[in-house]
Amino acid sequence: MTAVEEVPTSAAGNPIGFGRMVRKEDVRFVRGEGNYVDDVNLPGMLHGAILRSPFAHAKINSIDTSAALELPGVVAVVTGKDLEGLGLAWMPTLSYDTQAVLATDKVRFQGQEVAFVIAESRYIARDALELIDVDYDPLPVVADAKKALDPGAPIIRDDKEGKTDNIVYEKWEAGDEAATDAAFAGADVVVTQEILYPRVHPSPMETCGSVAHMDPVTGKLILWTTTQAPHAHRTVYALVAGLPEHKIQVISPDVGGGFGNKVPIYPGYVLSIVGSIVAKRPVKWMEDRSENLMSTGFARDYHMTTSIASTKEGKIVGVKVDVLADHGAFNGVAQPTNYPAGFFSIFSGSYDYPAAYCKVKAVYTNKAPGGVAYACSFRITEAVYAIERIVDCLAAELKMDPAELRLKNLLRPEQFPYKSPTGWEYDSGEYEKTMKVAMDMVGYDELRKEQAEKRAKGEYMGIGISFFTEGVGAGPRKHMDILGLGMADGCDLRVHPTGKAQIRLSVQTQGQGHETTFAQIVSHELGIPPEDIEVIHGDTDNTPFGLGTYGSRSTPVSGAAAALVARKVRDRARIVAAAALECAPDDLEWELGRWFVKGDPERGKTIQEIAMAAHGSLELPEGVEGHLDAQVVYNPPDLTYPYGCYICVVDVDPGTGQVKVRRFVAVDDCGTRINPMIVEGQVHGGLADGVGMALMELIAFDEDGNNLGGSFMDYLLPTSMECPDWELGETVTPSPHHPIGAKGVGESATVGSPAAVVNAVIDAIAPFGVRHADMPLTPANVWRAIQGNPIRTDMAVE
Amino acid sequence: MQTPAPVEYAKATSIADAISRLEALGEDSRPVAGGYSLIPMMKLRLARPETVVDLNGIAELRGVRVEGNELVVGAMTTHADVLSSAILFEHYPIFREAEHVIADPIVRMRGTIGGSMCQADPASDLSAVGSALRGNAVLMSSSGSRTVPLREFHDGPYETVVQTGEILTELRYPIRPGAGSAYEKVERRAGDWGVCTSGVFVVVSGGVVTDCGIGMAAVNADHYCAPEAEAMLMGKAPTEENLAAAAAAAANEANPIADQRGPADYKRHLASELTLRALRRAVAASQGA
Amino acid sequence: MQVSVSINGVEHSRDIEPRTLLVHFIRDDLQMRGTHWGCDTSNCGACTVWVDGAPVKSCTMLAVQAEGSEVTTVEGLAKDGGLDPIQEGFTECHGLQCGYCTPGMMMTGRWLVDQNPNITREEIREGISGNICRCTGYKNILDAIEYARDHANSEVSA
Repeated sequence: MTAVEEVPTSAAGNPIGFGRMVRKEDVRFVRGEGNYVDDVNLPGMLHGAILRSPFAHAKINSIDTSAALELPGVVAVVTGKDLEGLGLAWMPTLSYDTQAVLATDKVRFQGQEVAFVIAESRYIARDALELIDVDYDPLPVVADAKKALDPGAPIIRDDKEGKTDNIVYEKWEAGDEAATDAAFAGADVVVTQEILYPRVHPSPMETCGSVAHMDPVTGKLILWTTTQAPHAHRTVYALVAGLPEHKIQVISPDVGGGFGNKVPIYPGYVLSIVGSIVAKRPVKWMEDRSENLMSTGFARDYHMTTSIASTKEGKIVGVKVDVLADHGAFNGVAQPTNYPAGFFSIFSGSYDYPAAYCKVKAVYTNKAPGGVAYACSFRITEAVYAIERIVDCLAAELKMDPAELRLKNLLRPEQFPYKSPTGWEYDSGEYEKTMKVAMDMVGYDELRKEQAEKRAKGEYMGIGISFFTEGVGAGPRKHMDILGLGMADGCDLRVHPTGKAQIRLSVQTQGQGHETTFAQIVSHELGIPPEDIEVIHGDTDNTPFGLGTYGSRSTPVSGAAAALVARKVRDRARIVAAAALECAPDDLEWELGRWFVKGDPERGKTIQEIAMAAHGSLELPEGVEGHLDAQVVYNPPDLTYPYGCYICVVDVDPGTGQVKVRRFVAVDDCGTRINPMIVEGQVHGGLADGVGMALMELIAFDEDGNNLGGSFMDYLLPTSMECPDWELGETVTPSPHHPIGAKGVGESATVGSPAAVVNAVIDAIAPFGVRHADMPLTPANVWRAIQGNPIRTDMAVE
Repeated sequence: MQTPAPVEYAKATSIADAISRLEALGEDSRPVAGGYSLIPMMKLRLARPETVVDLNGIAELRGVRVEGNELVVGAMTTHADVLSSAILFEHYPIFREAEHVIADPIVRMRGTIGGSMCQADPASDLSAVGSALRGNAVLMSSSGSRTVPLREFHDGPYETVVQTGEILTELRYPIRPGAGSAYEKVERRAGDWGVCTSGVFVVVSGGVVTDCGIGMAAVNADHYCAPEAEAMLMGKAPTEENLAAAAAAAANEANPIADQRGPADYKRHLASELTLRALRRAVAASQGA
Repeated sequence: MQVSVSINGVEHSRDIEPRTLLVHFIRDDLQMRGTHWGCDTSNCGACTVWVDGAPVKSCTMLAVQAEGSEVTTVEGLAKDGGLDPIQEGFTECHGLQCGYCTPGMMMTGRWLVDQNPNITREEIREGISGNICRCTGYKNILDAIEYARDHANSEVSA
């Protein structure tokens, strides 16, 4: 089940199964022939633009659209009042809250949608925005999550009847509070640290958008849209807009990056649909970058008071975390219903100790909605950051090497499957082995020697470790649903008479290479070369239902479905082969691509021959129909648990606070690796995210709720200059419950890397007495930390 | 993506043509050079000229040459050409060091030194360089040309003394035999504006500093320079102690404001630290020359 | 106003508003969709094309400014139906994932190698610092551009 076996090569040079191969989808992308939403161009298409609030909190007294309507080329202007008449001014979020499509009574975050212009060109639409006159009465603002519950704080969600505070939920908890308190009480050493995971943004290179085409004759709505979950979106549009679901076709064409940003349904999509209905023409809405950064699903914003207890020898006995979660003005987090704090409770991490407890309180603030995004695996980024940061704080307190402390506490192979203190069942892992690989690759002991030598000379380098376990592949239907839609995914496979195949997926690639990897899975099971397998995805009229791609779930869920559907086809092929060979199905044995008679290997049929036979005149047994197709809906029995050890080496200039990432070693274990080239690419991208978040990415706010990260001049993404040549290693510990032993890897590096970078920087400046400073560790923040006065990063720098 | 407001366009064919068009069109017209400052502002609708006059066709505005004891840089010389100029590098490596950390390689292919100077961003690297070198700006209008010292060129953030109907045609920098120069910059990320920058030149002769210039960007120093620090260093031996004192003085001539790049105390610290580092290297270069 | 721009060797004349950005002219007026856009502030480089052989962020140039110039876009890289070594390199080295930054990245990469056939990896790293990628972490992109450097006389693949 591992990928180490010899795999034969097809005529086109591709592995028939798992292995490195170049991607099939690249053919169009390198020619500039990708088809993204902004490339969609329909006859008569109009363009929409959204007028957004400059205020974070303000009453709307009036909106005067008359001047905009008079601008030549403007077809319509929609306001909240218009939508109220259609019952569409508010829409449900993925968390059973409501969100304004267009503001009616007041605006609740800077950038909130206030009016929608539909015009003949994108230039005219934007001209019209300037002609809309909105009369606002500014209101006091809640920008600091820590002040959201102060007595006298303005109530943001006064649209909710009887709402008298800014609480989203008062307490969600996991683990055993009493046992954890007892563990702490009896511990030799307790370390507590306030740890902020600030608001950041997935910021894919393609912003969000849609083209809505409601055909006035047939009543069919076709919606091209940037979505990671086309079917879920379709069902929600049916529920929200009252449109019959069989008349809605959602098409996710090529998506230019998702990272969780393209999971929610945004007002702009709904407005493009309304626009198309009103104008009786297709309407395109594409947001610009500042709209993307200011109004679409942000990530993180968790204030985590984290404590760890241990013996004086460094055996961890307990961990607890108290979280204040900033959800923005509407609760728009995308995660399974039963998990309002996502999978944060996996914060207990990769270590062997019995007692852990967390509680989470979530508040509303005058900021954009969101929270779950940017490859967080449903808040596992926050959880891993908290545990890996506090373990380093403990190491510092104990004056113990952080590698040694981890090795002393890592779970051991014989403990798997491991039931964590907060109820997760980790499927498999050889943690110490993986960590040793990382330490060898980076030359850990030599680096510590070098560090000591440099410190003696007044030079500062740091080594940071992050060991992470995450749970992905949501998830078992009875526990995991989003808006009542169970998180199972379907897969349809058809083998044509000439032996070529089409596999239809419910998941949606945004760069992860599904057109290649899913072909490889089918290839592995059926022996059909990958070049003979077409992967179809993104169009809800042509693909089976499923919950889409995020939370690293494609391989664990849809990958399993693909393997199982191929096995179903293989089983059917056996019956057809037996009929063709005039023997019993039990007389046949399988080798890649072929059923043959046991003991008489010359007598057999290739899958291609079987496909033709299935569709031909061959007499088939009673009850067996003439095709080689199958359909599977995979309801995962559990999550899978990829893990890894990352080690980052930095050099810090204490005179300026500048940090240079010298090296980054990443050893991942994601079980079976379908295409190592693609796995490596996924890891590289996530490691860059870690450098970005640790050192420069930030959306902060001032006291008036002004968004200070609203363009690429302020929301800084890492360039090639900040990223070293990543050094990757691997171990392979298959998941015992997954059909091909694969665990998924798409978000692992984003989950694991920030702690490695932060730990490295803090390690570098530890001689100055620094134990912690919050991300992003900009030069200013590093210097201030060295002075003993780190910057509070979620609010404006003062 | 955002889009500009309606605008008219004219392409100037010569300096005289540019001047006469701008004068005729008046204050609602803007010249466009590389465009990497003006066009983004137009897209954000912070700038709304009625007409843009394109200077990109005027070859005589480009190029670097030596004229007597001055280095002359045409206003439309691109950042890339300033960066790679052997003439500038020979006399003042500070140009190459500064250009290396301005914007990114693509922007530098079309963005110009004149455009940067006229944009007058408080973090403008070339303004710090120009003030450090005590260069001059040559402005032309229908009434002829005038020369303005770069230390008098700026009139506040994003404001210069260039009048309607006038264009910047050249930057001129005095050649100083034996000068060493250096540029230091801290930025949050490659391509970002500086949190603080310091650019200096020093001439060490007979064991003492006989000439120096200290320029700083992004820390709100008047005219991007630190004349008191310069005065403190003149005639002194370039010892570490004296350099440090000058650097500390330069920091006092900064008036940094807190923003997302950093708090004021940090910026002021950088003003001193970066000036000191730049001075050390400039002195070493001068002594080695 | 009437504007005439040559793109990939083909002259295109259109009557457009002077404020039309070059990237919109290419994408919307001429329906050439290979050039993308990703920001408002000229930072991301997704829109990179060549104007008279020099890379330009086409979101920051008016189409009318390209009058009389030769513009090259990603669609102009492939010759006679075959791929340019830069396109081969990005495929062989997995230098793209979602493909959105890729046209701009290849235009910059191709130009860097053309300017300096002996360009080093670190020079490439600096050379692409004006093109942002969110998917690849850059390592494979550097490999891809090195591939183009090392396969200058690569056989054009169909």
